[in-house]
Amino acid sequence: MRRRIPEWFVLLMPAFIVIAAVVLIPLIFSLYSSFTPYKLTRPSTLWTWIGERNYERILTDWKFWAAFGRTILFLTIALNLELIFGLGIALMVNKVTWGQRTLRTVLMFPMMFSPILVGFQFKFIFNDNVGLVNNVLQSLGSDAALPWLVDGKLAMFSILFAEIWMSTSVFAILILAGLFAMPRDPLEAAKVDGCTPWQSFRHITLPFLMPFIYIAMTIRSLDVARAYDIVQIMTGGGPARRTELLWTLMSRTGYVDAKMGLANAMGYVSILLSIAFTIYFFRKLSAARAELGMGA
Amino acid sequence: MDRNQAHRNRRRMLKGLHFVGLFLVMSIICIPGLWIILNSFRPTVEIMAKPPVWNPSFTLDHYRAMFGGAGQGGVPVFSYLWNSIVISVTSTGIAVLIGMSGGYAFARYKFSGKSGYFVGLMLFRAVPGVALSLPLFIVFAKVGIIDTHFGLILVYVAMNVPFTIWLTDGFFRQIPKELHEAAEIDGCTRWQAFWKVEFPVARSGVASAAIFAFLTSWNEFALASQLTRSVGSKTMPVGLLDFTAEFTINWGGMCALAVLMILPALILTFIVQKHLIAGLTFGGVKG
Repeated sequence: MRRRIPEWFVLLMPAFIVIAAVVLIPLIFSLYSSFTPYKLTRPSTLWTWIGERNYERILTDWKFWAAFGRTILFLTIALNLELIFGLGIALMVNKVTWGQRTLRTVLMFPMMFSPILVGFQFKFIFNDNVGLVNNVLQSLGSDAALPWLVDGKLAMFSILFAEIWMSTSVFAILILAGLFAMPRDPLEAAKVDGCTPWQSFRHITLPFLMPFIYIAMTIRSLDVARAYDIVQIMTGGGPARRTELLWTLMSRTGYVDAKMGLANAMGYVSILLSIAFTIYFFRKLSAARAELGMGA
Repeated sequence: MDRNQAHRNRRRMLKGLHFVGLFLVMSIICIPGLWIILNSFRPTVEIMAKPPVWNPSFTLDHYRAMFGGAGQGGVPVFSYLWNSIVISVTSTGIAVLIGMSGGYAFARYKFSGKSGYFVGLMLFRAVPGVALSLPLFIVFAKVGIIDTHFGLILVYVAMNVPFTIWLTDGFFRQIPKELHEAAEIDGCTRWQAFWKVEFPVARSGVASAAIFAFLTSWNEFALASQLTRSVGSKTMPVGLLDFTAEFTINWGGMCALAVLMILPALILTFIVQKHLIAGLTFGGVKG
Protein backbone atom coordinates (compact mmCIF):
# COMPACT_ATOMS: atom_id res chain seq x y z
CA MET A 1 0.00 0.00 0.00
CA ARG A 2 1.25 3.47 -0.83
CA ARG A 3 2.02 5.54 2.20
CA ARG A 4 2.39 8.90 0.58
CA ILE A 5 -1.19 10.13 0.78
CA PRO A 6 -2.94 9.08 3.96
CA GLU A 7 -6.19 7.20 3.49
CA TRP A 8 -8.29 9.60 5.53
CA PHE A 9 -7.27 12.36 3.19
CA VAL A 10 -8.33 10.38 0.13
CA LEU A 11 -11.67 9.65 1.77
CA LEU A 12 -12.24 13.30 2.61
CA MET A 13 -11.02 14.52 -0.75
CA PRO A 14 -14.37 14.46 -2.62
CA ALA A 15 -16.02 16.42 0.17
CA PHE A 16 -13.24 19.03 0.16
CA ILE A 17 -13.34 19.36 -3.62
CA VAL A 18 -17.11 19.84 -3.86
CA ILE A 19 -17.22 22.30 -1.01
CA ALA A 20 -14.25 24.22 -2.33
CA ALA A 21 -15.79 24.45 -5.79
CA VAL A 22 -19.29 25.42 -4.77
CA VAL A 23 -18.83 27.30 -1.51
CA LEU A 24 -15.25 28.37 -0.97
CA ILE A 25 -14.41 29.78 -4.41
CA PRO A 26 -17.66 31.77 -4.70
CA LEU A 27 -17.09 33.07 -1.19
CA ILE A 28 -13.59 34.24 -2.06
CA PHE A 29 -14.96 35.87 -5.17
CA SER A 30 -17.67 37.58 -3.17
CA LEU A 31 -15.12 38.74 -0.61
CA TYR A 32 -13.16 40.34 -3.44
CA SER A 33 -16.24 41.87 -5.03
CA SER A 34 -17.33 43.31 -1.71
CA PHE A 35 -14.34 45.64 -2.11
CA THR A 36 -15.51 46.81 -5.53
CA PRO A 37 -18.50 48.88 -6.65
CA TYR A 38 -19.60 45.87 -8.75
CA LYS A 39 -22.95 46.29 -10.44
CA LEU A 40 -24.57 43.51 -12.44
CA THR A 41 -25.57 45.99 -15.11
CA ARG A 42 -22.01 47.28 -15.57
CA PRO A 43 -19.56 44.35 -15.51
CA SER A 44 -16.48 46.54 -15.89
CA THR A 45 -17.04 47.90 -12.38
CA LEU A 46 -15.75 44.58 -11.07
CA TRP A 47 -12.18 45.73 -11.65
CA THR A 48 -12.35 48.96 -9.69
CA TRP A 49 -10.95 48.61 -6.22
CA ILE A 50 -12.62 50.87 -3.71
CA GLY A 51 -11.28 49.35 -0.51
CA GLU A 52 -13.58 49.12 2.42
CA ARG A 53 -15.98 51.81 1.19
CA ASN A 54 -18.86 49.30 0.85
CA TYR A 55 -18.42 48.30 4.44
CA GLU A 56 -18.25 51.91 5.52
CA ARG A 57 -21.43 52.53 3.64
CA ILE A 58 -23.40 49.75 5.25
CA LEU A 59 -22.01 50.46 8.69
CA THR A 60 -23.25 54.03 8.50
CA ASP A 61 -26.57 53.12 6.95
CA TRP A 62 -29.42 53.11 9.42
CA LYS A 63 -31.47 50.83 7.13
CA PHE A 64 -28.81 48.19 7.47
CA TRP A 65 -28.59 48.57 11.23
CA ALA A 66 -32.36 48.43 11.54
CA ALA A 67 -32.41 45.18 9.59
CA PHE A 68 -29.46 43.84 11.55
CA GLY A 69 -30.99 44.65 14.91
CA ARG A 70 -34.30 43.23 13.81
CA THR A 71 -32.61 40.02 12.70
CA ILE A 72 -30.87 39.60 16.05
CA LEU A 73 -34.06 40.33 17.93
CA PHE A 74 -35.99 37.97 15.68
CA LEU A 75 -33.50 35.14 16.21
CA THR A 76 -33.33 35.68 19.95
CA ILE A 77 -37.08 35.62 20.40
CA ALA A 78 -37.59 32.74 17.98
CA LEU A 79 -34.85 30.50 19.38
CA ASN A 80 -35.85 31.08 23.00
CA LEU A 81 -39.53 30.48 22.40
CA GLU A 82 -38.79 27.42 20.29
CA LEU A 83 -36.69 26.01 23.10
CA ILE A 84 -39.32 26.69 25.75
CA PHE A 85 -42.19 25.35 23.66
CA GLY A 86 -40.14 22.38 22.54
CA LEU A 87 -39.26 21.54 26.13
CA GLY A 88 -42.88 21.90 27.22
CA ILE A 89 -44.19 19.77 24.39
CA ALA A 90 -41.57 17.08 24.97
CA LEU A 91 -42.42 16.91 28.68
CA MET A 92 -46.11 16.67 27.91
CA VAL A 93 -45.71 13.98 25.28
CA ASN A 94 -43.37 12.06 27.56
CA LYS A 95 -46.13 11.88 30.21
CA VAL A 96 -48.62 10.40 27.77
CA THR A 97 -49.11 6.68 28.21
CA TRP A 98 -51.35 5.93 25.27
CA GLY A 99 -50.84 6.85 21.61
CA GLN A 100 -47.39 8.30 22.15
CA ARG A 101 -46.10 7.11 18.80
CA THR A 102 -48.87 8.87 16.95
CA LEU A 103 -48.17 12.08 18.81
CA ARG A 104 -44.52 11.81 17.96
CA THR A 105 -45.31 11.32 14.31
CA VAL A 106 -47.56 14.36 14.34
CA LEU A 107 -44.74 16.32 15.96
CA MET A 108 -42.51 15.59 12.97
CA PHE A 109 -45.06 17.09 10.64
CA PRO A 110 -43.66 20.63 10.44
CA MET A 111 -40.13 19.32 9.88
CA MET A 112 -41.11 18.07 6.45
CA PHE A 113 -42.53 21.37 5.31
CA SER A 114 -40.43 23.46 3.03
CA PRO A 115 -39.81 26.90 4.55
CA ILE A 116 -41.31 28.45 1.48
CA LEU A 117 -44.37 26.30 1.98
CA VAL A 118 -44.63 27.35 5.62
CA GLY A 119 -44.44 30.95 4.52
CA PHE A 120 -47.15 30.49 1.92
CA GLN A 121 -49.33 28.56 4.34
CA PHE A 122 -49.25 31.32 6.90
CA LYS A 123 -49.56 34.00 4.28
CA PHE A 124 -52.84 32.33 3.44
CA ILE A 125 -53.93 31.82 7.04
CA PHE A 126 -53.08 35.37 8.08
CA ASN A 127 -54.45 36.95 4.92
CA ASP A 128 -56.61 39.88 5.94
CA ASN A 129 -59.30 39.09 3.41
CA VAL A 130 -59.65 35.35 3.02
CA GLY A 131 -57.43 34.02 5.80
CA LEU A 132 -58.48 31.51 8.40
CA VAL A 133 -57.67 33.71 11.39
CA ASN A 134 -59.74 36.64 10.24
CA ASN A 135 -62.57 34.38 9.10
CA VAL A 136 -62.74 32.85 12.54
CA LEU A 137 -62.58 36.26 14.22
CA GLN A 138 -65.36 37.57 12.02
CA SER A 139 -67.56 34.56 12.55
CA LEU A 140 -67.09 35.04 16.27
CA GLY A 141 -68.51 38.52 15.94
CA SER A 142 -65.60 40.95 15.64
CA ASP A 143 -66.21 43.04 12.56
CA ALA A 144 -62.79 44.55 12.06
CA ALA A 145 -60.51 42.63 9.70
CA LEU A 146 -57.11 42.66 11.37
CA PRO A 147 -54.42 43.59 8.83
CA TRP A 148 -52.09 40.76 9.87
CA LEU A 149 -49.52 41.13 7.13
CA VAL A 150 -50.02 44.80 6.40
CA ASP A 151 -49.39 46.31 9.79
CA GLY A 152 -45.72 46.29 10.78
CA LYS A 153 -46.06 44.83 14.26
CA LEU A 154 -48.69 42.28 13.35
CA ALA A 155 -46.64 41.21 10.34
CA MET A 156 -43.62 40.62 12.54
CA PHE A 157 -45.78 38.60 14.87
CA SER A 158 -47.12 36.52 11.98
CA ILE A 159 -43.62 35.82 10.71
CA LEU A 160 -42.45 34.84 14.16
CA PHE A 161 -45.44 32.56 14.51
CA ALA A 162 -44.61 30.85 11.22
CA GLU A 163 -40.94 30.50 12.16
CA ILE A 164 -41.76 29.05 15.55
CA TRP A 165 -44.37 26.72 14.08
CA MET A 166 -41.78 25.38 11.68
CA SER A 167 -38.84 24.88 14.02
CA THR A 168 -40.25 24.00 17.43
CA SER A 169 -40.64 20.38 16.44
CA VAL A 170 -36.87 19.96 16.00
CA PHE A 171 -36.44 20.90 19.65
CA ALA A 172 -39.41 18.84 20.81
CA ILE A 173 -38.26 15.70 19.02
CA LEU A 174 -34.67 15.88 20.16
CA ILE A 175 -35.59 16.69 23.76
CA LEU A 176 -38.09 13.85 23.69
CA ALA A 177 -35.35 11.50 22.52
CA GLY A 178 -33.29 12.74 25.47
CA LEU A 179 -36.15 12.04 27.87
CA PHE A 180 -36.46 8.50 26.52
CA ALA A 181 -32.77 7.89 27.01
CA MET A 182 -32.82 9.15 30.59
CA PRO A 183 -32.15 6.65 33.38
CA ARG A 184 -35.03 6.29 35.86
CA ASP A 185 -33.04 5.62 39.05
CA PRO A 186 -31.89 9.14 39.92
CA LEU A 187 -35.44 10.46 39.58
CA GLU A 188 -36.81 7.76 41.86
CA ALA A 189 -34.06 8.30 44.37
CA ALA A 190 -34.86 12.02 44.38
CA LYS A 191 -38.52 11.26 44.99
CA VAL A 192 -37.65 9.03 47.92
CA ASP A 193 -35.41 11.75 49.32
CA GLY A 194 -38.34 14.16 49.19
CA CYS A 195 -37.54 16.40 46.24
CA THR A 196 -40.41 18.40 44.84
CA PRO A 197 -41.19 17.77 41.15
CA TRP A 198 -39.68 21.16 40.33
CA GLN A 199 -36.44 20.36 42.16
CA SER A 200 -36.00 17.03 40.46
CA PHE A 201 -36.72 18.64 37.10
CA ARG A 202 -34.30 21.49 37.71
CA HIS A 203 -31.43 19.45 39.12
CA ILE A 204 -31.76 16.05 37.43
CA THR A 205 -33.82 16.17 34.26
CA LEU A 206 -32.60 19.47 32.89
CA PRO A 207 -28.85 18.84 33.21
CA PHE A 208 -29.33 15.49 31.51
CA LEU A 209 -31.24 17.11 28.66
CA MET A 210 -28.67 19.86 28.12
CA PRO A 211 -26.64 18.06 25.40
CA PHE A 212 -29.85 17.29 23.53
CA ILE A 213 -30.89 20.91 23.76
CA TYR A 214 -27.54 22.00 22.39
CA ILE A 215 -27.74 19.52 19.51
CA ALA A 216 -31.08 20.99 18.61
CA MET A 217 -29.63 24.50 18.90
CA THR A 218 -26.65 23.57 16.74
CA ILE A 219 -28.80 21.99 14.07
CA ARG A 220 -31.03 25.04 14.18
CA SER A 221 -28.16 27.48 14.03
CA LEU A 222 -26.91 25.84 10.85
CA ASP A 223 -30.12 26.91 9.28
CA VAL A 224 -31.07 30.25 10.81
CA ALA A 225 -31.21 31.85 7.39
CA ARG A 226 -34.18 29.69 6.49
CA ALA A 227 -36.27 32.54 7.85
CA TYR A 228 -35.43 34.30 4.59
CA ASP A 229 -37.78 32.04 2.66
CA ILE A 230 -40.62 32.73 5.06
CA VAL A 231 -40.21 36.47 5.10
CA GLN A 232 -39.68 36.64 1.37
CA ILE A 233 -42.99 35.01 0.58
CA MET A 234 -45.05 36.40 3.45
CA THR A 235 -44.22 40.08 3.26
CA GLY A 236 -41.15 40.47 1.05
CA GLY A 237 -39.68 42.63 3.79
CA GLY A 238 -42.56 45.06 3.68
CA PRO A 239 -44.69 46.89 4.67
CA ALA A 240 -42.31 49.81 4.28
CA ARG A 241 -39.35 47.68 5.45
CA ARG A 242 -40.98 46.94 8.78
CA THR A 243 -40.15 43.24 8.52
CA GLU A 244 -36.88 43.64 6.64
CA LEU A 245 -34.32 41.15 7.90
CA LEU A 246 -30.66 41.12 7.00
CA TRP A 247 -31.24 38.45 4.38
CA THR A 248 -34.10 40.13 2.54
CA LEU A 249 -32.24 43.42 2.55
CA MET A 250 -29.26 41.66 1.03
CA SER A 251 -31.21 39.97 -1.73
CA ARG A 252 -33.02 43.21 -2.53
CA THR A 253 -29.73 45.09 -2.79
CA GLY A 254 -28.18 42.38 -4.92
CA TYR A 255 -30.93 41.35 -7.28
CA VAL A 256 -33.35 44.25 -7.43
CA ASP A 257 -30.88 47.12 -7.20
CA ALA A 258 -28.15 45.02 -8.89
CA LYS A 259 -25.51 46.40 -6.48
CA MET A 260 -23.63 43.14 -6.09
CA GLY A 261 -20.59 44.58 -4.37
CA LEU A 262 -22.64 46.20 -1.65
CA ALA A 263 -24.84 43.14 -1.29
CA ASN A 264 -21.80 40.91 -0.93
CA ALA A 265 -20.51 43.11 1.85
CA MET A 266 -23.82 42.60 3.61
CA GLY A 267 -23.57 38.91 2.81
CA TYR A 268 -20.32 38.76 4.73
CA VAL A 269 -21.92 40.33 7.76
CA SER A 270 -24.67 37.71 7.63
CA ILE A 271 -22.18 34.89 7.16
CA LEU A 272 -20.26 36.06 10.21
CA LEU A 273 -23.50 36.17 12.14
CA SER A 274 -24.37 32.58 11.20
CA ILE A 275 -20.87 31.37 11.96
CA ALA A 276 -20.91 33.07 15.34
CA PHE A 277 -24.16 31.31 16.21
CA THR A 278 -22.85 27.94 15.06
CA ILE A 279 -19.52 28.16 16.85
CA TYR A 280 -21.22 29.30 20.03
CA PHE A 281 -23.53 26.30 20.10
CA PHE A 282 -20.82 23.85 19.04
CA ARG A 283 -18.77 25.01 22.01
CA LYS A 284 -21.71 24.61 24.33
CA LEU A 285 -22.41 21.18 22.89
CA SER A 286 -18.93 19.85 23.51
CA ALA A 287 -18.88 21.36 26.98
CA ALA A 288 -22.18 19.71 27.84
CA ARG A 289 -20.94 16.41 26.41
CA ALA A 290 -17.74 16.55 28.42
CA GLU A 291 -19.74 17.21 31.56
CA LEU A 292 -21.79 14.08 31.04
CA GLY A 293 -18.75 12.04 30.10
CA MET A 294 -20.09 11.40 26.63
CA GLY A 295 -17.10 12.76 24.77
CA ALA A 296 -15.30 10.41 22.44
CA MET B 1 -60.32 12.00 54.21
CA ASP B 2 -60.50 15.66 53.32
CA ARG B 3 -56.84 15.78 52.41
CA ASN B 4 -57.25 12.71 50.30
CA GLN B 5 -60.08 14.33 48.41
CA ALA B 6 -58.11 17.51 47.85
CA HIS B 7 -55.16 15.56 46.59
CA ARG B 8 -57.35 13.60 44.22
CA ASN B 9 -58.93 16.77 42.90
CA ARG B 10 -55.57 18.32 42.26
CA ARG B 11 -54.44 15.28 40.37
CA ARG B 12 -57.57 15.28 38.27
CA MET B 13 -57.07 18.95 37.48
CA LEU B 14 -53.46 18.40 36.46
CA LYS B 15 -54.54 15.56 34.22
CA GLY B 16 -57.17 17.77 32.63
CA LEU B 17 -54.63 20.56 32.08
CA HIS B 18 -52.20 18.10 30.55
CA PHE B 19 -54.86 16.88 28.16
CA VAL B 20 -55.97 20.37 27.18
CA GLY B 21 -52.38 21.47 26.66
CA LEU B 22 -51.58 18.55 24.42
CA PHE B 23 -54.78 19.03 22.48
CA LEU B 24 -53.97 22.70 21.89
CA VAL B 25 -50.42 21.99 20.77
CA MET B 26 -51.47 19.24 18.41
CA SER B 27 -54.19 21.41 16.89
CA ILE B 28 -51.76 24.25 16.30
CA ILE B 29 -49.42 21.81 14.59
CA CYS B 30 -52.08 20.16 12.47
CA ILE B 31 -54.55 22.87 11.53
CA PRO B 32 -52.37 24.89 9.12
CA GLY B 33 -51.53 21.83 7.05
CA LEU B 34 -55.08 20.53 7.10
CA TRP B 35 -56.36 23.97 6.12
CA ILE B 36 -54.15 23.89 3.02
CA ILE B 37 -55.31 20.40 2.08
CA LEU B 38 -58.95 21.33 2.65
CA ASN B 39 -58.68 24.44 0.53
CA SER B 40 -57.08 22.61 -2.35
CA PHE B 41 -60.44 20.87 -2.75
CA ARG B 42 -62.62 23.99 -2.48
CA PRO B 43 -63.77 26.08 -5.43
CA THR B 44 -62.16 29.51 -5.64
CA VAL B 45 -65.50 31.27 -5.21
CA GLU B 46 -65.91 29.62 -1.85
CA ILE B 47 -62.37 30.43 -0.70
CA MET B 48 -62.94 34.09 -1.50
CA ALA B 49 -66.48 34.19 -0.11
CA LYS B 50 -67.40 36.99 2.29
CA PRO B 51 -68.78 36.20 4.86
CA PRO B 52 -66.78 32.96 5.09
CA VAL B 53 -68.44 29.68 4.21
CA TRP B 54 -67.81 27.07 6.88
CA ASN B 55 -69.24 23.89 5.39
CA PRO B 56 -66.92 23.15 2.51
CA SER B 57 -67.98 21.77 -0.83
CA PHE B 58 -65.75 19.47 -2.80
CA THR B 59 -64.16 19.98 -6.19
CA LEU B 60 -61.13 18.66 -8.02
CA ASP B 61 -60.90 21.74 -10.23
CA HIS B 62 -57.55 22.89 -8.87
CA TYR B 63 -55.95 19.52 -9.43
CA ARG B 64 -57.51 19.26 -12.87
CA ALA B 65 -56.17 22.68 -13.76
CA MET B 66 -52.76 21.84 -12.32
CA PHE B 67 -52.33 18.58 -14.20
CA GLY B 68 -54.10 19.85 -17.31
CA GLY B 69 -50.99 21.81 -18.19
CA ALA B 70 -52.18 25.20 -19.36
CA GLY B 71 -54.88 25.63 -16.75
CA GLN B 72 -55.24 28.78 -14.73
CA GLY B 73 -52.10 30.71 -15.42
CA GLY B 74 -50.67 27.66 -17.17
CA VAL B 75 -48.16 26.65 -14.56
CA PRO B 76 -46.20 23.68 -15.94
CA VAL B 77 -46.41 21.60 -12.81
CA PHE B 78 -45.19 18.39 -14.41
CA SER B 79 -41.92 19.96 -15.47
CA TYR B 80 -41.39 21.37 -11.99
CA LEU B 81 -42.15 18.04 -10.41
CA TRP B 82 -39.77 16.30 -12.78
CA ASN B 83 -37.01 18.85 -12.15
CA SER B 84 -37.47 18.53 -8.41
CA ILE B 85 -37.29 14.74 -8.55
CA VAL B 86 -34.22 14.62 -10.79
CA ILE B 87 -32.33 17.24 -8.83
CA SER B 88 -33.21 15.97 -5.35
CA VAL B 89 -32.62 12.29 -6.04
CA THR B 90 -29.33 12.77 -7.89
CA SER B 91 -27.91 15.23 -5.42
CA THR B 92 -28.96 13.05 -2.48
CA GLY B 93 -27.27 10.02 -3.99
CA ILE B 94 -24.00 11.83 -4.63
CA ALA B 95 -24.05 13.67 -1.31
CA VAL B 96 -24.58 10.44 0.61
CA LEU B 97 -21.68 8.72 -1.16
CA ILE B 98 -19.31 11.63 -0.57
CA GLY B 99 -20.57 12.24 2.94
CA MET B 100 -20.30 8.60 3.85
CA SER B 101 -16.68 8.42 2.81
CA GLY B 102 -15.98 11.59 4.78
CA GLY B 103 -17.89 10.37 7.81
CA TYR B 104 -15.95 7.11 7.69
CA ALA B 105 -12.68 9.01 7.62
CA PHE B 106 -13.67 11.00 10.70
CA ALA B 107 -14.91 7.96 12.57
CA ARG B 108 -12.09 5.53 11.82
CA TYR B 109 -8.85 7.43 11.30
CA LYS B 110 -6.78 9.48 13.67
CA PHE B 111 -5.18 12.58 12.26
CA SER B 112 -4.07 15.90 13.60
CA GLY B 113 -6.53 18.78 13.50
CA LYS B 114 -9.50 16.45 13.20
CA SER B 115 -11.98 18.47 15.21
CA GLY B 116 -10.80 21.58 13.42
CA TYR B 117 -11.61 20.06 10.04
CA PHE B 118 -14.93 18.89 11.39
CA VAL B 119 -16.10 22.25 12.69
CA GLY B 120 -14.72 23.87 9.54
CA LEU B 121 -16.92 21.64 7.38
CA MET B 122 -19.94 22.46 9.50
CA LEU B 123 -19.31 26.16 9.13
CA PHE B 124 -19.65 25.82 5.37
CA ARG B 125 -23.11 24.44 5.97
CA ALA B 126 -23.93 27.51 8.05
CA VAL B 127 -23.34 29.95 5.21
CA PRO B 128 -26.79 31.40 4.48
CA GLY B 129 -28.21 30.39 1.12
CA VAL B 130 -28.98 33.96 0.16
CA ALA B 131 -25.46 35.14 0.85
CA LEU B 132 -24.08 32.26 -1.19
CA SER B 133 -26.51 32.78 -4.01
CA LEU B 134 -25.09 36.20 -4.88
CA PRO B 135 -21.59 35.06 -5.90
CA LEU B 136 -22.83 31.67 -7.14
CA PHE B 137 -25.17 33.47 -9.49
CA ILE B 138 -22.27 35.34 -11.05
CA VAL B 139 -19.89 32.38 -11.10
CA PHE B 140 -22.48 30.02 -12.57
CA ALA B 141 -23.44 32.55 -15.19
CA LYS B 142 -19.77 32.83 -16.22
CA VAL B 143 -19.29 29.07 -16.34
CA GLY B 144 -22.60 28.68 -18.14
CA ILE B 145 -24.30 26.25 -15.80
CA ILE B 146 -26.93 28.64 -14.58
CA ASP B 147 -30.45 27.40 -15.18
CA THR B 148 -29.36 23.78 -15.57
CA HIS B 149 -30.02 20.66 -13.53
CA PHE B 150 -26.30 20.11 -13.20
CA GLY B 151 -25.68 23.44 -11.51
CA LEU B 152 -28.35 22.96 -8.90
CA ILE B 153 -27.30 19.37 -8.24
CA LEU B 154 -23.76 20.55 -7.63
CA VAL B 155 -24.95 23.17 -5.16
CA TYR B 156 -27.14 20.75 -3.24
CA VAL B 157 -24.38 18.17 -3.02
CA ALA B 158 -22.11 20.75 -1.43
CA MET B 159 -24.90 21.87 0.89
CA ASN B 160 -25.69 18.37 2.09
CA VAL B 161 -22.22 16.89 2.45
CA PRO B 162 -21.35 18.46 5.84
CA PHE B 163 -24.51 17.34 7.59
CA THR B 164 -24.25 13.86 6.04
CA ILE B 165 -20.71 13.64 7.38
CA TRP B 166 -21.94 14.60 10.82
CA LEU B 167 -24.66 11.95 10.88
CA THR B 168 -22.71 9.07 9.32
CA ASP B 169 -19.69 9.81 11.51
CA GLY B 170 -21.87 9.24 14.58
CA PHE B 171 -23.14 5.97 13.20
CA PHE B 172 -19.81 4.55 12.13
CA ARG B 173 -18.48 5.35 15.55
CA GLN B 174 -21.12 3.10 17.08
CA ILE B 175 -19.71 0.12 15.23
CA PRO B 176 -16.93 -1.62 17.13
CA LYS B 177 -13.56 -1.54 15.39
CA GLU B 178 -13.19 -5.28 15.96
CA LEU B 179 -15.83 -5.94 13.34
CA HIS B 180 -13.81 -4.82 10.37
CA GLU B 181 -10.58 -6.06 11.89
CA ALA B 182 -12.06 -9.54 12.11
CA ALA B 183 -13.21 -9.28 8.51
CA GLU B 184 -9.75 -8.23 7.44
CA ILE B 185 -8.15 -11.14 9.27
CA ASP B 186 -10.55 -13.40 7.42
CA GLY B 187 -9.10 -12.13 4.17
CA CYS B 188 -11.26 -9.17 3.22
CA THR B 189 -9.64 -6.02 1.90
CA ARG B 190 -10.53 -2.87 3.75
CA TRP B 191 -12.89 -1.97 0.93
CA GLN B 192 -14.68 -5.31 1.09
CA ALA B 193 -14.82 -5.17 4.86
CA PHE B 194 -16.53 -1.83 4.64
CA TRP B 195 -19.21 -2.84 2.15
CA LYS B 196 -19.84 -6.33 3.50
CA VAL B 197 -19.60 -5.72 7.24
CA GLU B 198 -19.72 -2.10 8.32
CA PHE B 199 -22.09 -0.65 5.76
CA PRO B 200 -24.94 -3.08 6.50
CA VAL B 201 -24.67 -2.27 10.20
CA ALA B 202 -24.73 1.48 9.62
CA ARG B 203 -27.46 1.29 7.01
CA SER B 204 -30.16 2.92 9.12
CA GLY B 205 -27.87 5.85 9.83
CA VAL B 206 -27.13 6.26 6.15
CA ALA B 207 -30.85 6.10 5.44
CA SER B 208 -31.59 8.90 7.87
CA ALA B 209 -28.78 10.99 6.42
CA ALA B 210 -30.24 10.40 2.97
CA ILE B 211 -33.68 11.54 4.09
CA PHE B 212 -32.28 14.74 5.51
CA ALA B 213 -30.34 15.40 2.35
CA PHE B 214 -33.40 14.71 0.25
CA LEU B 215 -35.64 16.98 2.32
CA THR B 216 -33.08 19.77 2.16
CA SER B 217 -32.85 19.61 -1.63
CA TRP B 218 -36.56 19.09 -2.11
CA ASN B 219 -37.45 22.09 0.04
CA GLU B 220 -34.65 24.52 -0.77
CA PHE B 221 -35.73 27.89 -2.09
CA ALA B 222 -33.20 30.68 -1.55
CA LEU B 223 -30.60 29.30 -3.97
CA ALA B 224 -32.98 27.66 -6.42
CA SER B 225 -34.93 30.87 -6.90
CA GLN B 226 -31.81 32.64 -8.18
CA LEU B 227 -30.04 29.84 -10.00
CA THR B 228 -33.02 28.69 -12.05
CA ARG B 229 -34.85 30.79 -14.56
CA SER B 230 -36.84 28.65 -16.98
CA VAL B 231 -39.33 25.79 -17.02
CA GLY B 232 -36.42 23.48 -17.81
CA SER B 233 -34.87 23.72 -14.37
CA LYS B 234 -37.23 25.42 -11.91
CA THR B 235 -38.02 23.27 -8.91
CA MET B 236 -41.35 23.13 -7.13
CA PRO B 237 -40.60 25.58 -4.31
CA VAL B 238 -39.74 28.15 -6.97
CA GLY B 239 -42.78 27.14 -9.01
CA LEU B 240 -45.01 27.90 -6.06
CA LEU B 241 -44.36 31.58 -6.68
CA ASP B 242 -45.81 31.28 -10.19
CA PHE B 243 -49.25 31.39 -8.64
CA THR B 244 -48.74 34.83 -7.19
CA ALA B 245 -49.27 37.83 -9.39
CA GLU B 246 -48.83 41.40 -8.23
CA PHE B 247 -52.16 41.70 -6.43
CA THR B 248 -54.01 38.46 -7.03
CA ILE B 249 -53.06 35.07 -5.74
CA ASN B 250 -54.55 31.84 -6.97
CA TRP B 251 -54.98 30.36 -3.50
CA GLY B 252 -56.63 27.14 -4.58
CA GLY B 253 -54.01 26.35 -7.20
CA MET B 254 -51.22 27.13 -4.78
CA CYS B 255 -52.77 24.83 -2.21
CA ALA B 256 -52.94 22.02 -4.75
CA LEU B 257 -49.27 22.45 -5.64
CA ALA B 258 -48.41 22.62 -1.95
CA VAL B 259 -50.13 19.30 -1.38
CA LEU B 260 -48.23 17.80 -4.29
CA MET B 261 -45.00 19.12 -2.80
CA ILE B 262 -45.55 17.84 0.70
CA LEU B 263 -46.79 14.35 -0.25
CA PRO B 264 -43.47 12.74 -1.23
CA ALA B 265 -41.72 14.22 1.79
CA LEU B 266 -44.51 13.00 4.04
CA ILE B 267 -44.50 9.45 2.70
CA LEU B 268 -40.74 9.20 2.85
CA THR B 269 -40.56 10.47 6.38
CA PHE B 270 -43.24 8.08 7.59
CA ILE B 271 -41.35 5.14 6.18
CA VAL B 272 -38.11 5.94 7.96
CA GLN B 273 -39.20 8.06 10.92
CA LYS B 274 -37.66 5.70 13.47
CA HIS B 275 -34.23 5.97 11.88
CA LEU B 276 -34.64 9.70 11.61
CA ILE B 277 -34.77 10.31 15.33
CA ALA B 278 -32.06 7.76 16.03
CA GLY B 279 -29.90 9.40 13.39
CA LEU B 280 -30.21 12.86 14.87
CA THR B 281 -29.50 11.85 18.43
CA PHE B 282 -26.71 9.32 17.82
CA GLY B 283 -24.96 11.60 15.42
CA GLY B 284 -25.05 14.44 17.89
CA VAL B 285 -24.74 13.06 21.39
CA LYS B 286 -22.24 10.31 20.94
CA GLY B 287 -20.38 11.98 18.10
